[in-house]
Amino acid sequence: MPNSNSHGGRPPRGAKVSMKFDKKTIKRLMSYLKPYKWQMLVVVICVLLTAGSSVMSQLFIKTLTDDYILPMVGADNPDYGGLLRTLIGMGVLFLAGAAAAYFNAWIMAKVSQGVLKTVRNDMFSHMQSLPISYFDTHSHGDVMSFYTNDADAMQQMLSQAIPQVISSGVTIIAVFCSMLSLSVWLTLIVVAFLFVILLITAAIAKKSGAYFVKQQHSTADVNGYIEEMINGQKVVKIFCHEEKAMSDFDGKNVELCENTYRANANANVLMPLNNCLGYFLYVILAVVGGTMAIKGVMNVHCFGVNVLSLGAIVSFLQLSRSFIGPIGQVSQQLNSVAMAMAGAERIFTLIDEQSETDDGYVTLVNAKRDENGELVETNERTHLWAWKHPHSADGSVTYTELKGDIVLDDVDFGYVPEKTVLHNIDIFAKPGQKVAFVGATGAGKTTITNLINRFYDIADGKIRYDGININKIKKADLRHSLGVVLQDVNLFTGTVMDNLRYGKPDATDEECIAAAKLANADSFIRMLPQGYNTVLKGDGSGLSQGQRQLIPIARAAVADPPVMILDEATSSIDTRTEAIVQAGMDALMKGRTVFVIAHRLSTVRNSDVIMVLEQGHIIERGPHEKLIAEKGQYYRLYTGAFELE
Amino acid sequence: MIKTLARSIRDAALPAIFTPIFMLAEAFCEVCIPTVMKYMIDKGINVGDMDNVVKYGVMLLIFTVASMFFGITAGITASRASSRFARNLRWDMYGNIQQFTFSSIDKFSPASLVTRLTTDVNRVQMAFQMLTRITFRAPAMLIFAFVFSFRTSPKLSMTFLYAIPFLVIVLAIIIKKAFPIFDKTFKAYDDLNECVEENVSGIRVVKSFVQEEHEISKFQAISDKIFGLFMKAERTVSFNAPAMQIAVYGCIIAISWTGAHAIVASGNAEPGLTVGGLTSLFTYTMQILMSLMMLSMIFVMLTMSKASADRVAEVLREGCDINDGERNLTELKDGSIEFKNVCFKYSDTAESNALDHISVRINSGETIGIIGGTGSSKSTFVQMIPRLYDTTEGEVLVGGENVRDYNLEALRNNVAMVLQKNTLFSGSIYENIRWGDENASDEDVQRVCRLACADEFIQKFPDKYETHIEQGGSNVSGGQKQRLCIARALLKHPKILILDDSTSAVDTHTDAMIRKAFREEIPNTTKIIIAQRVSSVEDADKIIVLDSGKIADMGTHDELYARGGIYKEIYDQQTKGSEDDA
Repeated sequence: MPNSNSHGGRPPRGAKVSMKFDKKTIKRLMSYLKPYKWQMLVVVICVLLTAGSSVMSQLFIKTLTDDYILPMVGADNPDYGGLLRTLIGMGVLFLAGAAAAYFNAWIMAKVSQGVLKTVRNDMFSHMQSLPISYFDTHSHGDVMSFYTNDADAMQQMLSQAIPQVISSGVTIIAVFCSMLSLSVWLTLIVVAFLFVILLITAAIAKKSGAYFVKQQHSTADVNGYIEEMINGQKVVKIFCHEEKAMSDFDGKNVELCENTYRANANANVLMPLNNCLGYFLYVILAVVGGTMAIKGVMNVHCFGVNVLSLGAIVSFLQLSRSFIGPIGQVSQQLNSVAMAMAGAERIFTLIDEQSETDDGYVTLVNAKRDENGELVETNERTHLWAWKHPHSADGSVTYTELKGDIVLDDVDFGYVPEKTVLHNIDIFAKPGQKVAFVGATGAGKTTITNLINRFYDIADGKIRYDGININKIKKADLRHSLGVVLQDVNLFTGTVMDNLRYGKPDATDEECIAAAKLANADSFIRMLPQGYNTVLKGDGSGLSQGQRQLIPIARAAVADPPVMILDEATSSIDTRTEAIVQAGMDALMKGRTVFVIAHRLSTVRNSDVIMVLEQGHIIERGPHEKLIAEKGQYYRLYTGAFELE
Repeated sequence: MIKTLARSIRDAALPAIFTPIFMLAEAFCEVCIPTVMKYMIDKGINVGDMDNVVKYGVMLLIFTVASMFFGITAGITASRASSRFARNLRWDMYGNIQQFTFSSIDKFSPASLVTRLTTDVNRVQMAFQMLTRITFRAPAMLIFAFVFSFRTSPKLSMTFLYAIPFLVIVLAIIIKKAFPIFDKTFKAYDDLNECVEENVSGIRVVKSFVQEEHEISKFQAISDKIFGLFMKAERTVSFNAPAMQIAVYGCIIAISWTGAHAIVASGNAEPGLTVGGLTSLFTYTMQILMSLMMLSMIFVMLTMSKASADRVAEVLREGCDINDGERNLTELKDGSIEFKNVCFKYSDTAESNALDHISVRINSGETIGIIGGTGSSKSTFVQMIPRLYDTTEGEVLVGGENVRDYNLEALRNNVAMVLQKNTLFSGSIYENIRWGDENASDEDVQRVCRLACADEFIQKFPDKYETHIEQGGSNVSGGQKQRLCIARALLKHPKILILDDSTSAVDTHTDAMIRKAFREEIPNTTKIIIAQRVSSVEDADKIIVLDSGKIADMGTHDELYARGGIYKEIYDQQTKGSEDDA
């Protein structure tokens, strides 16, 4: 398989941060927010309230000094009543702002986590519907990172960047209006200055972005090196290669350190610089404003024309601080928004992947025989199954007994249309027969079995199951009727019993135990700490290789299908243990149509027919004795004169 | 943990010390700024004195430029310090891993070591940068700001004495309540990732058994759990912002009220409170309370990175209990091996011995076959010879001396081992084979490749010996890989050669050719061959049959076969059929 489990070695994703967003991506993200439109409305109101109270607190200084304090200075009998009322009013507004802040945070968390949950579930559900070829062409690490890196980036954006941007935006607009209400001239200065700040910010962000890309590359380099060397650590030790390994590592490590330093150092420049520019603006405004006030220049504001008051200048200065602050914050969030958009785009490509298509309409049903010996459908759990075949032409329904008769008729197949890997494959497997495939790696053994359960669809020819073209059979029902035991053991987190029951969730404990006994797994399972209720973690890593291999065999036995595919099912077991398992395997195979792929020829000897494959062609076929007598490829393999793999 | 990590600071120390100093300077400037602004307002704008506006404006610019200078410098030194610290950590960890014994490698597992060296180090680096930049700045800012506001107006500053404890208590409660929930959330995330991982690697099983719906509902249950936990945590965490606002606005209102009285009383003139003073107090309010916020944020960040720091420290602390022997012997007399009543357990707590009272003598130059079922400790047995593990009981002698007395490098250079799970590294075939001997000539390399029957297929590659091997040797077949690994071991010119199931993917004919080459070309080297296939050991001088860590039987093929038992059982099982037919 082209899959690899490498997380660290793959090239960095999202290294390139672009500020150009795909409109479609934004639209789709918005569609995820749609169910929350009322909540979003509340959020917007809350943000308005919060930002409003923040702006009010800035403007309040002007009112406080101009309307209350300064008139009272020097008064004989200052009246604090007005101030008190205003302060109480402000207090109420502030409390409302604080309450709004709470609801804002809470609802926004609910929305962002809710969206994330939906996205994750969509991703996973869709992933389950994807054809096997998707998993062949995408590394595990890449698929995993949709759920980790990309989803994290999205969460970051939804829960932090968006609220931040909204609230900053509201603040900026409110402050801008307030500034206009004080002085148009001074506001123009602010706007002009804003452009300068934005230009500088963009320049620095670009430079530091370039270093971040470099950092990502050397991180990937170091991670790749570490992964390769650590995985071969035992070899490093037996060859005493420790020092060599260290010196190679040194160069990469130092380079990563340099690039990390440059990327971070550049990023760290931004905040202090922005801050400083903000103060520059402050001083400029103070000088210009002060001059205007003293010279009595006519000040234009949106309510009219007057001479700039001192209180107004003080307020304006405060406002300019509140104006620059959020702009700095927004620019800090841009990076995270860009990363999230890139992540969202990748997530959407997963969700847009073409699902496995299923046009099948023949289904598998429980059946029984009526008085006339005809098959009829029933809801009872009989042990008789039938293919229910509706005919669209005349609306009639026919029932065919499920027997396990499989025919491949002149089948051609290629993973890509240009390259055929299987040529003219003819196979006839009668119910109860054992058919074996033998051949070198890449000869197409596993590919054939993948065609039978329709992991892949054939290019030409026909595959019939009990006489029905498998393209007409619903995939789920087809697969239910086929049991598979693969070389790579995949167990799932859960108890041993859960794992045994995997293919037949309604199986009783007794059925599972009987199957385990059949596969010779019962004795070791009983020795586990909690027997059948022992929880298997991390793909059953606590079990020995041989023990792990027995569980899928028992699992297939529980599912009890009429056709079995055993793909190198016993290759990780040594011959001695295999001999012990063999009895179980034989019991499992009895009465079923079985397709066996085995490396070890002793496993396939007793097959009814053995197919020798070479480069996608069946070059020899027949029972063991016949093939040995022919002294062909099989004979050479069997006598060990030819290397498999 | 901190002590272990601190040892890796080294050249990061200087920038790490300078960072807080610059940060303190920056904080000081930041705190001075509102006071200068106050003067500018009071003495300049409010009285219409443009000279003062310009004078204080210039002063303000000096402070802001200074603040920017210190801020940028601190940013640079902080990234210097943290990147160096991370580099040192990686170097130290990697170096220590090189010293790991096989048991340590098994204990940590390669996958976990990779994560520790990458993700965990990154988290520690981030935390370290935070630590140097903000841990000192925030409290300093708080104190400076408080002092300055006290100078402006002692009476009004008293407000902070209420606001600070209020915010501290609220933040502490939030952290205390939310933290355990976040902890659970992270665990749920692990479950989620595990579920995805299982499904991605087991997709064929899922589809074969038509369990897509079942897996989806399993995934959604975990997804729901994460959502639930998050919402529970969020109910508490959402108090963060409002608590801050209440503290800030509370201060503003209180300061406005008392401030108004104070200004009216002073007639808006120094030394009493002025309008400018009041404005600066508002700024100080923000500075003080923001610092508190920062502190709580750092606290959370540091606590979260603690797990990573622990994992990094674990690797650094892992000691090496296999060291060069005191006698530090560098010469192996010959390739004889003797096991004297050897017992071995993989861990002290293991119930049964992996090797149980093994005694055996192997003469120099002999060929020994080892056979036995899965879990019969064949690999364990041979790994005692190059001292990849130390015996629990008894001793192993090589060349007549206890393996513990040798210089490790000398011992391992003389005992070549081809591991069962073998690895080739990315690089050319030449480079890979030269692991055995860096200075070997091209001819030497080709000679050992011929010995290992690897030359024949290498010659068929377009680039021959310059062919690039992909990571893990994924572009050569199993049998080819095994032969390259044998050649690599042969280049060491070892006195003892151990093949641990190293010809399983090689056809029997080539297998026999390799053994023939061994017999003829390196007759004086002791050869130990572990095999599943009886034919690989049939012609050995002595065959050891292992069963559950014990020697079940030992002798030549004929002796063992005659005696019956496990050997005959295995032999018959593997050869039945072919004898009647062939």
